[in-house]
Amino acid sequence: MSEEYKDQLPLSIWEEAQKELKNNNLTKKQEKEFFDKLIETYKSSRITPGESIGVITAESFGEPGTQMTLNIFHFAGVAELNVTLGLPRLIEIFDARKEASTPSMEIYLDKEYNKDINAAKRIAALIKETKFWELAQEFSINIAKLQVEVTLNKKNMRDLRITDQMLLKTLSESMKDTTVRQNKDDTIVLKPSKENTELKELYKLKEKAKETFIKGISGVTQVLPIKQNNEFVILTAGSNLKEVFKLKEVDKSRSTSNDIFEVLKALGIEAARQAIINEALKVIREQGLDVDIRHILFIADLMTASGTVKGITRSGITSDKESVLARASFETPIRHIIDASLLGEEDELTSVIENVIVNQPVPLGTGLPGLIARIKKPEAK
Amino acid sequence: MEEYNITEHNFVPKHLILDEKDVVELLKEYNISIRQLPRIFVTDPVAKALNAKKGDVIKIIRKSPSAKEAVFYRVVVNA
Repeated sequence: MSEEYKDQLPLSIWEEAQKELKNNNLTKKQEKEFFDKLIETYKSSRITPGESIGVITAESFGEPGTQMTLNIFHFAGVAELNVTLGLPRLIEIFDARKEASTPSMEIYLDKEYNKDINAAKRIAALIKETKFWELAQEFSINIAKLQVEVTLNKKNMRDLRITDQMLLKTLSESMKDTTVRQNKDDTIVLKPSKENTELKELYKLKEKAKETFIKGISGVTQVLPIKQNNEFVILTAGSNLKEVFKLKEVDKSRSTSNDIFEVLKALGIEAARQAIINEALKVIREQGLDVDIRHILFIADLMTASGTVKGITRSGITSDKESVLARASFETPIRHIIDASLLGEEDELTSVIENVIVNQPVPLGTGLPGLIARIKKPEAK
Repeated sequence: MEEYNITEHNFVPKHLILDEKDVVELLKEYNISIRQLPRIFVTDPVAKALNAKKGDVIKIIRKSPSAKEAVFYRVVVNA
């Protein structure tokens, strides 16, 4: 029924129309009329060709942006986990900064684990990056015996589910030229295998030992299991999506990171686009503002059009513009003009800004189509 | 440990490689050249999963919040 109209309407409208058709019995003729009218209304409500949507989008973000500057130093989030929000975060997203200021992940768990806080805690301990200093109470240098002695923090080790054997094994694997052994009184002794070590080297060894990676996923500095919509979700500070995808307890299809470049690397350009949309939307919603989703979609499409994520900056999407004058009018004009003149670039004056500069009608709205009139000769009588 | 199939992730919409006939039709419909299409790198994880080659056009069926479903195209280019 009415399949022939499916291609001409967006799916959401088409499905709604189907629902209406079910409720009302229409004759074939009425149905045709209904769809003709619907398609006509749809077509006339679409944006017109030549409309300057870029400017509309910029305005739509600019106005709420001014509202946001009033409370930029707000930190929100759950418990001790800090996440940058508000205008600084929005700027970060749209500038496509390589290093997010507060990278974080939202890790969902498989059905078997997501109802049980203990399971969630266990997996969280698995994810958290643990370095040796977190398991120790004290690092000291024994000058008489020329060795480093480490007093262990048993409670921390229990919380992170690390046994003595595991610790000894990883330590001896990662510390080269050092013998690692454990005394009866819960201290670990690190002794350089070389005879007559200097004190300086011993000090270096101590510092190195502190930073030795024991287990977990590198980059994840904090983990926090929280309850969200009837299931346990792990929030993290620090992001490493690729490694998280290797854990079998994780529900990978829902787990995400707020670091757009990480999503790009792990899941591709389309996922990065989705991440931009979600992150921008999160900021706007959290601030209680309302920007139409289509503006965000448009920006996300623009930022990902080149196959990688480019920011709205002079090194990002602006550098892709064909026109020299358009590039120069954004930022650092003199450099652009000098570079262009050295390379002998030409400006076709096909877009808006360059035409404003040279005082010509811009190709927008009614300025877009060129008219060619063919004048008919009056017929001879 | 088996690798996670990224095409199953919620963020990754359906990607399909268009055959040549459809590419010609697409370019004709929008009256553009292939260079004017948005791009996707050969090294993109999803392009790799599809075994796409340079010059292929990938049809992407996205879930859209306004239209429920939206179709998008990207041409495969070298990174």
